[in-house]
Amino acid sequence: MPLTHSDYTLSQLDVLEAESIHVIREVAAEFERPVLLFSGGKDSIVMLALAERAFWPARIPFPVMHVDTGHNFPEVIEFRDRRVAETGVRLEVASVQESIDAGRVAEETGRWASRNRLQTVTLLDAIADHRFDAVFGGARRDEEKARAKERVFSFRDEFGQWDPKNQRPELWNIYNTRIRMGEHIRVFPLSNWTELDVWQYIAREGLEIPSIYFAHPRSVFERDGMLLADNPYIPRGEDEPVFQATVRYRTVGDMTCTGAVESAAAQIDDVIAEIAATRITERGQTRADDRTSEAAMEDRKREGYF
Amino acid sequence: MPNSTGTGSPVAGHGSARHTDILRLATAGSVDDGKSTLIGRLLYDSKAIFEDQLAAVERTSRARGEDYTNLALLTDGLRAEREQGITIDVAYRYFATPRRKFIIADTPGHIQYTRNMVTGASTADLAIILVDARNGLTEQSRRHAFLATLLRVPHLVLAVNKMDLVAYDQAVFEDICDEFSAFATKLDIGDLTFVPISALHGDNVVQRSENMTWHDGPPLLRHLEHVHIASDRNLIDVRFPVQYVIRPHQATDPELHDYRGYAGQVAGGVLKPGDEVMHLPSGMSTQISRIDTAGGPVEEAFPPMSVTLVLADDVDISRGDMVCRPHNQPMVTQDVEAMVCWMSDSATLTPRSRVIVKHTTRTVKALVRDLHYRLDVNTLHREEGIDRLGLNEIGRVTLRLTQPLFCDPYSRNRQTGGLILIDEATNGTVGAAMITEGH
Repeated sequence: MPLTHSDYTLSQLDVLEAESIHVIREVAAEFERPVLLFSGGKDSIVMLALAERAFWPARIPFPVMHVDTGHNFPEVIEFRDRRVAETGVRLEVASVQESIDAGRVAEETGRWASRNRLQTVTLLDAIADHRFDAVFGGARRDEEKARAKERVFSFRDEFGQWDPKNQRPELWNIYNTRIRMGEHIRVFPLSNWTELDVWQYIAREGLEIPSIYFAHPRSVFERDGMLLADNPYIPRGEDEPVFQATVRYRTVGDMTCTGAVESAAAQIDDVIAEIAATRITERGQTRADDRTSEAAMEDRKREGYF
Repeated sequence: MPNSTGTGSPVAGHGSARHTDILRLATAGSVDDGKSTLIGRLLYDSKAIFEDQLAAVERTSRARGEDYTNLALLTDGLRAEREQGITIDVAYRYFATPRRKFIIADTPGHIQYTRNMVTGASTADLAIILVDARNGLTEQSRRHAFLATLLRVPHLVLAVNKMDLVAYDQAVFEDICDEFSAFATKLDIGDLTFVPISALHGDNVVQRSENMTWHDGPPLLRHLEHVHIASDRNLIDVRFPVQYVIRPHQATDPELHDYRGYAGQVAGGVLKPGDEVMHLPSGMSTQISRIDTAGGPVEEAFPPMSVTLVLADDVDISRGDMVCRPHNQPMVTQDVEAMVCWMSDSATLTPRSRVIVKHTTRTVKALVRDLHYRLDVNTLHREEGIDRLGLNEIGRVTLRLTQPLFCDPYSRNRQTGGLILIDEATNGTVGAAMITEGH
């Protein structure tokens, strides 16, 4: 055979893209009712773009869902709605406020009150209500040590629980998709992507992201070394004065648990340069939800969190 | 679709600079061999460990009364692992140098060892087997080497660690290499490299060791950066398992109305527009009209690209079918000979066990028709006349399938030669099988 092309190697982003598209197509082929979790954050933006590519020129054959705490950045919600309209997918919004109103969960109180953990109930209720059998999440293994041990196709029992000690072995690119009624699989197409891969892909593909990922002026206050946006949902202490700073967000959760970083990076290349040089992880730097304990993520994941 | 500039041009590359590729490696061994220290050093020296992660590890080490920073805590992420000081499962780690991105499948040395090692090795380009220089080869290192070759990991590195504790003695290193080479003649090893290291002090990990100037090979990381993996894929035998049929059904757009594309990930060979291809099971031939990606058509497709084939003729093709070349076809068989690694802790594999087989994009039912022997992973001895395989045991079986598979010997193609076994009752993945030659 004439080997006309140099050496048939692919770049790291091409390999990751091919692997993720394979995963997404496998779900569409083997499950009846998949859904893709789309928050408007950078990871789910990449995941949605990969889903578009997986089925092009057809449309994405499943809906997307956002678990809305009601405390999200308005810029991100606006972005979410615009992106959904562009792709033509159906958007389901699962509302934490509605879970609270229905008495399914109780609002936390106190200084660190957040709806982060409450989302699990809202998410699991929505999965049951819609009878979703496969749920795409944008989590990456490099994010957190419990996630480093999770499968790409991660089994959830009828209570939505993850059992880290009893996971299905995962070999080659062959995925076991079999479940019983009421169980579901969480699927993580970005498992092998790092934070830097995500940013480099966004830059290479020219994907649009919400403006809060770039440097902008914002009223903030400092708490435990994090800069939190001044907003109506966090009770602020008298020792926590508001000041103006030029910041950007490195991750986008809701306003009560996501911190900003001081930055002048106004372009994607500046952001990538900062990410490449940083010596602190994204969750360590900007996520209050991981600070509860060493195993905060594992504990939430066991309950059925993202 | 907006902004899909880069997707269609993976072949052309992105810019003139040399791009980085990915090396997947599996590390096998226990904490005692210094595996966690080695991984910790690779991650730390390549700046993949961050300050907050290191601070958390230092905090935990201190709280547990350890007098050193226990780098194993970086990789042991689960509550039970931290409490019991053991590693339960395969953990994936990531680091990068300007040349390559690395994905480490870090497998524990003790509990569920075989199951985890087989899982980690199934996708690995390279396996590192760690040996403690003071102890030399152990039963465990032989087992690691055997499993890596069973899964046909193309490159093997025997890293002789703790050289500092044997005074960096060349003779100790060479004795271990000789002993391993003698054992390796019994295995089918593609590429074998020996490196003397001290993970604790960093000798020959990232930097060349000044304590072992007698060794002319490169340090470990340099080897990982430069080992040639592009030829490890099968670029000869065209294999395209059809994963998903794309039919837009958009009545408004006449161009899309008749669009029918066969999506999948290339498992072998190089496909080009105009190529004569054959569809299995029908045996009908047609040509490739176009190879689509979201970024536009491409001139060629090869593993592991995910693409969509548009064919010249209307052939009835569905998921689970195979596209190949008319003069280079896979085996089409309902009787599969395979080496099985059994992974269930509740059920055993016996003759007449019923299982579900998933192979590429095809799922069929199967009956275990024969269990020929169990292979002792330590001695490579074949134990015949057995009636079952238990957890973490490896044996040779004949499977009878309800429908044919389109497959190759695993030695020829890891994608079309590997399959998983699923328990009908529990839906658990209970085994992995590698199709053998000699059908």
